[in-house]
Amino acid sequence: MFNETVLKEIDEIRAKYPDRKSALLPSLYIAQREFGWLSNDALQCVAKTLNLPEAEVRGTASFYAMFKNRPVGRHLIQLCTNVSCMIFGAEKLVDFIGRKYGVQPNGTSQDGRFSLVIMECIGACGTAPAMLVNTDFYENLSENRIEEILEGYK
Amino acid sequence: MEKYFLKNIDNPDSADVNEYMKVGGYKNLSKALGMQPKEILDEVKKSGLRGRGGAGFPSGMKWSFAVADPKLPKYLLCNADEGEPGTFKDRPILEKNPHLLIEGMAISGYTLGAEYGYVYLRGEYPKAKDILNGAIKQAVEKNFLGDNILGKGVKFHLAVYQGAGAYICGEETALIESIEGKKGQPRNKPPFPVNVGAWAMPTIVNNVETLSNLPLIVEIGGEAYSKIGSKDCPGPKLYCVSGHVEKPGVFELPMGTSLKDIIYKHAGGIKGGKKLKAVIPGGISTPVLPADSIDCAMDFVSMPKAGSMLGSGAVIVMDESVCMVKVTYRALKFFEHESCGKCVPCREGTDWLRKILERIENGQGREGDIELLSDVAGIMYGKTFCPLGDGAAGVVIGMLKHFRNEFEEHIKNAKCIFSC
Ligand SMILES: Cc1cc2nc3c(=O)[nH]c(=O)nc-3n(C[C@H](O)[C@H](O)[C@H](O)COP(=O)(O)O)c2cc1C
Ligand code: FES
Repeated sequence: MFNETVLKEIDEIRAKYPDRKSALLPSLYIAQREFGWLSNDALQCVAKTLNLPEAEVRGTASFYAMFKNRPVGRHLIQLCTNVSCMIFGAEKLVDFIGRKYGVQPNGTSQDGRFSLVIMECIGACGTAPAMLVNTDFYENLSENRIEEILEGYK
Repeated sequence: MEKYFLKNIDNPDSADVNEYMKVGGYKNLSKALGMQPKEILDEVKKSGLRGRGGAGFPSGMKWSFAVADPKLPKYLLCNADEGEPGTFKDRPILEKNPHLLIEGMAISGYTLGAEYGYVYLRGEYPKAKDILNGAIKQAVEKNFLGDNILGKGVKFHLAVYQGAGAYICGEETALIESIEGKKGQPRNKPPFPVNVGAWAMPTIVNNVETLSNLPLIVEIGGEAYSKIGSKDCPGPKLYCVSGHVEKPGVFELPMGTSLKDIIYKHAGGIKGGKKLKAVIPGGISTPVLPADSIDCAMDFVSMPKAGSMLGSGAVIVMDESVCMVKVTYRALKFFEHESCGKCVPCREGTDWLRKILERIENGQGREGDIELLSDVAGIMYGKTFCPLGDGAAGVVIGMLKHFRNEFEEHIKNAKCIFSC
């Protein structure tokens, strides 16, 4: 189960909404933070805490791309390849990351350092190509820039 | 014209409440609380404000529907999902000028009789979430939000709800489902959210930029506001330009600025002096315009006449090196991924279109594929549960209308003619 601090955090979120079910998405984020990904245990914790059927929790979680249904590496690279990024060579950057760090889209490198997800526009189209590493934005990417940036994520 | 949405954003502390107040922030909230809600609503109607989320619905009209039953509690939802590819116009408000949005929402809440507001923020904006939460905390401390705003007995609370990476949650009824803690699948309309929305109560959903207009309307009045920019849909407008231009970015200009001026005057023209090929004017869901068709006013009334839509004002500029088949394929990959799966024409149609486009782009296009694309897109158009499917079909229809020869060349030569 979640510890007391987390339960309190979820309670505070619940209080902001007319219906407790609204706390589901925020609680899934919290579970993901606590467990690293939405494992069975994580989903069960959420279901119990919010008193919702587990199937419903699982169903909702599966709908959203940012909820992870498998373990992720220490750092999550979210690289955009939508049109504004694509026309500045984002797809080549996917290949580059694959070669250099041994991580394919939706996969994790063997050393567990990076996971890679292809994104559908992260709102940085004016400074394309762009990616998020964990929660940090990086824009105007090139192979060199990516190498420099990822140095900072061990 | 002096900047409104982007005022003060060069100040590194622009998101701080004190900096916002130094440039006149929150004085319009105070002014609004001295007016009757009905008076403010009349000013909004007079202003001619139209929603900036993509559809351009008159905000005053939407609001009058919502206030029809004064007995029911109401909810105000700010759509900060900003998922339309090519769009990054709400982000500077959220990250650099969050108090403008908060002030706008507090005024709106008072006008509508809503005591609770929520900002539905896309999951991909983690920085904006922290900034917005910090700004809300400051606004509560200063008594611009809370149970007794500025001692005037007005109640309005605001919280941020974080989405989790689903484009469809930008559609207002899917957004409501999502904030209720469910899968983000659109609801049937009617009932419309203004009658039965979040938690079964009347609910007003408006875009970030729309709600951020409220302080201005209160300040200068609806009449003066209606004189800014286009006559039929006035006001200041954020246009975001990406792709092959010298100076991509977000530009605040009067609504109705010509697409040509946006690209050549404000965004510095085509990068490296190359030739313009095509422009997607309002985000990926809006039909493409060829280079010779960009002499049009960027507003909700003129763009349909020019063969496209204003959408989110997200201008994607493409030079002669870009392969239109590839762009179409990438767009459909997006729609296929984001289709919520609720209705058959969209779920199956986006999958079909993507598959056909993929094989054409990869040099395996077959004779009859172009007709098949038109056919599938034609069948989808107007028959999907929500406009996501229309957007997907419209992209294909627009591309075939203007760049059919590129599709033919791909099939004839059995390869991508742009060597991509
Ligand atoms: C598939 C789809 C995605 C949408 N995404 C957004 C979005 O990200 N942001 C937004 O403000 N409106 C979006 N909309 C429009 C909303 O449904 C709604 O019209 C809008 O939030 C109303 O606010 P407005 O009147 O202020 O424009 C989307 C619509 C559809 C059909
Ligand atoms: S298309 Fe890549 S950030 Fe928008």
